[in-house]
Amino acid sequence: MSSLSGNVWLSGFSTWKARFISLRNISWGRLSVISVPYLWLAVFFFIPFLVVFKISLSESAIAVPPYTDLLDFDMEEAYLNIKLNLGNYLYLWEDSFYFDAYISSIKIAAVSTFFTLLVGFPIAYLIARSDDKYRGILLALVILPFWTSFLLRVYAWVGLLKKQGLVNEVLMSMGIINEPLTMLQTDFAVYIGIVYTYLPFMILPLYSALEKMDISLLEAAEDLGARPIQSFFMVTVPLAMPGIIAGCMLVFIPAVGEYVIPALLGGSDTLMIGRVLWDEFSLNRDWPMASAVATVMLVFLVLPIMLIRNKSGKEEGM
Amino acid sequence: MNASEIKSTITGVANPVNTELPLWKQPDATPFVRIENITKKFDDFTAVDNVSLNIYKKELFCLLGGSGSGKSTLLRMLAGFENPTSGRIIIDGVDMEGIQPWNRPINMMFQSYALFPHLSVADNIAFGLKRQGASKHDVKTRVAEMLDMVQLGHLGKRKPHQLSGGQRQRVALARSLVKRPKLLLLDEPLGALDKKLREETQFEIMNLQEDLGVTFVVVTHDQEEAMTLATRIGVMNQGLIVQTDEPHDVYEYPSSRFVAEFIGSVNLFEGFVTEDNVDSVRIESKEAGCPLFVAHGISCAPQQRVHVALRPEKINMTRIKPAQDDNCLKGEIIEIAYMGSLSVYRVRLQSGKEIRVTQPNFARDMGERFTWNEHVFLSWDVDSSVVLTS
Repeated sequence: MSSLSGNVWLSGFSTWKARFISLRNISWGRLSVISVPYLWLAVFFFIPFLVVFKISLSESAIAVPPYTDLLDFDMEEAYLNIKLNLGNYLYLWEDSFYFDAYISSIKIAAVSTFFTLLVGFPIAYLIARSDDKYRGILLALVILPFWTSFLLRVYAWVGLLKKQGLVNEVLMSMGIINEPLTMLQTDFAVYIGIVYTYLPFMILPLYSALEKMDISLLEAAEDLGARPIQSFFMVTVPLAMPGIIAGCMLVFIPAVGEYVIPALLGGSDTLMIGRVLWDEFSLNRDWPMASAVATVMLVFLVLPIMLIRNKSGKEEGM
Repeated sequence: MNASEIKSTITGVANPVNTELPLWKQPDATPFVRIENITKKFDDFTAVDNVSLNIYKKELFCLLGGSGSGKSTLLRMLAGFENPTSGRIIIDGVDMEGIQPWNRPINMMFQSYALFPHLSVADNIAFGLKRQGASKHDVKTRVAEMLDMVQLGHLGKRKPHQLSGGQRQRVALARSLVKRPKLLLLDEPLGALDKKLREETQFEIMNLQEDLGVTFVVVTHDQEEAMTLATRIGVMNQGLIVQTDEPHDVYEYPSSRFVAEFIGSVNLFEGFVTEDNVDSVRIESKEAGCPLFVAHGISCAPQQRVHVALRPEKINMTRIKPAQDDNCLKGEIIEIAYMGSLSVYRVRLQSGKEIRVTQPNFARDMGERFTWNEHVFLSWDVDSSVVLTS
């Protein structure tokens, strides 16, 4: 028995040792290259997240910063008190307002991601199939909007969608409608805003997936009796899947936490977690609550996404 | 391989003499594929120029040509991927105009194989059957049948990228045959394989075609491939079919300098006709330096400039002057390439022209071998060369 555990221990030690040695064999140059992205993630993502998580476990207070410390050192008794306040999370759970906001955000993000895909796919397909001469120009046109501020572009939609806006005027002058439609401050406007602003994030990964596809695969499908619509769904779509997944994630994730678009284009009843978070943070000055909201959102988003990534990564590795 | 096996292969090759003429030699046979005055223009470039061609049932027809000769465009028009600018294609009595690729009784094996990378080998083969709406059971048995046929029964679950080049080629072949097409088009079927594998696969394709009785049209730029595979070869150049014949005839009786030079290697002597008989011609050639006598008649004007084509292996190389005056050249060996089964010599004539001569290496030790700078006589039979007027 003891010899067995000894062996296990030994073998465990030797693998550990082997790993240590293999790590030692990596040159400093390589190590520094590999470490840059990890360092970046640690400094700009992981540590800030820990700070947020820490704040979410404190209580709000009228102070600077506006929350209590987790650690409290009693000098006389030499006690280190750790106070973890789970009340924020409990409150999140109890008040259905937050749950509704999460669900509503996910719904709005999902619907807009779907429409972004619907709009982005033909554009990406067209660019991927266009002549080499025009491809660069078309791609540049996709990226061009980034040269203007995001805020300005969303504001521009206010001008387009308002009652006396361009869209209503055009539709009325064409006689399609008699009185102006209410588009601004509705979920519809939020969808438009998200689809519009996130479209390039959908098009670019789709383009890179479609561009790699061999045209003769489509011909082969047609040759074997598939109509164009069938070969689209049975060949093009499966082969574009890595791009579809990447594009959808690039749109869906930021769209869930979107604040500017619902604030500018959405109505008062457009419930999105980004706005809730902002209200919590700036209006109520309840930093711990806001941090709890942010932490839960992250867990909500990160877990399923990691599962998807893991799965698609495995498939690609095959 | 033991003796009896060798014998059976030999008898297998040397089939009992087929007294019946092949279909393309029967004047009243109906062609299976009729290509009538097909022209295809891309903008102002004419890829295929007024081509007419008949292909008969169970043929293995090779379209042979260099890149840009229009052979692939012609194949793509048969498959329906390109529409002819003018002309008609009739397959098994049906005009193909307006019939989409997915409705044609034709399948194609693509040059790059075009296997679906996201589907397994079995699903690749099943793709066409499923589009037909075949039942699950039928699909399964048929796919298994095809996998066995190409000897890949154990690899059905693999993805294409897990296969070797040769295996992929077989999957592509199985996939294109699974729907039992009336006509199979093969675009450079062996192009991606290495030499050894190509030779093996050539014979497999031929056997398969014979067993299934499907009409094959093969596009290739490789003349050796065309020679071994084809029942007939259509040689294409600049959008035109310049000769359509059986491999033997294309090689031995090329109709033009282009064909003679494109297929195999050839020595060409430029000259003019001095003596024009019904069944022979005599040609004076400065390049050759002796009268050339060819034992077939041609239709030509007197003193017309012609070319005499002579294959390197038809030449007899000797140290002693042969007893003939016609078709006998004197030269000096300037280069030797020993290739195992044969040796290739480059001989410079007195006129300065260089001639390619190949001699089989009959015995291991052929006595005193020809060597560099040796003076030799080159001679050939009167029916070994061909006169080309174009």
